[in-house]
Amino acid sequence: MTATSLTGANALTEVPLKRRLRRAERTRQVKALALVLPLLVFLLFTFAGPIAGMLWRAIDDREVRQALPQTVAALASWDGKDLPDEKAYAALASDILAARASGTIAIAAKRLNYALNGFRTILTSTARNLKAVPEPGTARETLGKINPAWRERTTWTTIKDAGGPVTGFYLLAALDLTRNVDGAIVAAPPDQAIYRDVFGRTFLISLGVTVLCLLLGFPVAYLLATLPPGRSNLLMIFVLLPFWTSLLVRTCAWIVLLQSKGVVNDSLHWLGIIDEPLRLIYNRFGVCVAMTHVLLPFMILPLYSSMKAISPAYMRAAASLGAPPLTAFLRIYLPQTLPGIGAGGLLVFILALGYYITPALVGGAADQMISYFIALYTTETANWGLASALGAVLLLATILLALVYGKLVQGQQVTGGMKN
Amino acid sequence: MSDNASLRTPSQRIAWTATIVISTLVFIFLIAPILAIMPLSVSSGSYLTYPLPGLSLRWYDDFINSPRWMNSLKNSMIIGVASTLLSMVLGTLAALGLAQWKSRFKPLALAFVLSPVVVPGVITAVGLYFFFAPIGLTGSYLGLILAHTALATPFVVITVGATLQSFDTNLARAAASLGASPLQAFRRVILPLILPGVASGALFAFATSFDEVVIVLFMAGPEQRTLPREMFSGIRENISPTITAAAVILTTVSVILLATLEGLRRRNERLKGSSA
Repeated sequence: MTATSLTGANALTEVPLKRRLRRAERTRQVKALALVLPLLVFLLFTFAGPIAGMLWRAIDDREVRQALPQTVAALASWDGKDLPDEKAYAALASDILAARASGTIAIAAKRLNYALNGFRTILTSTARNLKAVPEPGTARETLGKINPAWRERTTWTTIKDAGGPVTGFYLLAALDLTRNVDGAIVAAPPDQAIYRDVFGRTFLISLGVTVLCLLLGFPVAYLLATLPPGRSNLLMIFVLLPFWTSLLVRTCAWIVLLQSKGVVNDSLHWLGIIDEPLRLIYNRFGVCVAMTHVLLPFMILPLYSSMKAISPAYMRAAASLGAPPLTAFLRIYLPQTLPGIGAGGLLVFILALGYYITPALVGGAADQMISYFIALYTTETANWGLASALGAVLLLATILLALVYGKLVQGQQVTGGMKN
Repeated sequence: MSDNASLRTPSQRIAWTATIVISTLVFIFLIAPILAIMPLSVSSGSYLTYPLPGLSLRWYDDFINSPRWMNSLKNSMIIGVASTLLSMVLGTLAALGLAQWKSRFKPLALAFVLSPVVVPGVITAVGLYFFFAPIGLTGSYLGLILAHTALATPFVVITVGATLQSFDTNLARAAASLGASPLQAFRRVILPLILPGVASGALFAFATSFDEVVIVLFMAGPEQRTLPREMFSGIRENISPTITAAAVILTTVSVILLATLEGLRRRNERLKGSSA
């Protein structure tokens, strides 16, 4: 019944009813939101907030500003073309004396040293040798005498660049870039330019593991989807048991299997295939094998779901229309598994990108992925800006891939391709 | 069966045989490492190699009598149970709310709630390390419980949400029309129906916390080390067979969780089957 068909006495009650319904619906929505809210607030505090904080640290740059406030202020108007004026030198001298007294000089020295190797020595030697505030007009001469580095433009541009309050320094460093003395973005010096290599390695290992998972997972998913339910449920245990077994147990198991006196080497030796034990662990091979083992169930399960949804009638129809088995498989079956391949592949790839524990335990120095460096800079060297910048790049890659994954899985739900 | 019967041509039979052979090899690849580590825990020797020189329970004895290992087991239990309970409450409420909520922000809210599963562990750990240190939550049980709850709750939201999809909302309306208060309707009608979802979510949550090691690496003090954290050190420093005893204990917990989940799933299917 439409609203226009209501006439006479009914029309009088219609408006209030509509309004009442709307109000009831609004109350329901508020209640629904109230139920979700505790989790949203909780995640804001335990997840989103901390990650936002980390992202902020990637651009936060207030250490030098806090330790050398007058210098940073004096350099604000400096064009960077020639050496700064006497005023900047005087400000630096007075800042150094104050920072030495308050103990903040080490923090500034550490930050400046990231940008210019050797800056720590410049600053600490100056702090040690500067006895008192120089006479007016002699600051440039005094500082230049203590350390000739103060007569160089690079020293001063470094301070100006690190003056904050925000910086692109760490993000540039995470991409092997830096700013030269004129402020242009250039390639970082070779001894610091390691991160593109690390990102490339992370990408390659993840891609290799994803391909391995697909090659190994496809036949298994096909078998499980084709067998009668009783038998496939039984075989599913072989997929679910490793899935539920602790990551540490599985990693440890691979060390036991692949070490030089391990089961694999012993068996190969016993079979007479090798004389010397092969090096199977603490290298790229070990990382790929262990990661494939850990991530394989994440490939098999989505593939299985998508294959389970393919009606056998399609293959029968193809056969009855005269398609040879291989053609039917390639033209009819395989295209229908593509969403499953995409979902499983993306899931494995996303999970592999952020891997830390497995490469840390079974990889060599040249097999460490990006997460290892993030952890290293956070806990060992406390270069939090760089750790956060590397984290920001990894997070960005993960989010982009997760968005593609979301679209893919959503599309499948619309077409009914994936039931879980 | 029907598919096997339709395999008439030789090439189809070869392809099917190849599928079986490859799958068998993959199953061996998946299971063999876990099986290979088990017997080492009852070895009488101190090396992680075969053949075993003899059988003994000395490594289990070592585990039980080591305050470090026992403390880590206790910590894993405390943190696992506490974060499971917390994530059950938060996740069930959120799933109930999300099922009723109609808004264009809903996909965004859902993506946000599920994102802790996708974001790399190291990123969450580093963020929490910076965030919790100034407020004294690093090196504390509370900090670890909160962090693990954030990681575990998505699984409760997913499992409860899946149960709610097949849930007939008319049942809640019927309860209300029969005079049940919202709380009564929840306790007597909704909760019993979604309980399997809550229970499997809880199992996932516990498994997540019980297996988590990256956040523990960053945030736990020596007092809060969990079993996986202790294993991490053990593997790094020197692999003693005590680790294999710990591995057997961890795997036993996994098997119990998996078996419970499978039991829940079967029971659910049976109930669905009988109602249809």
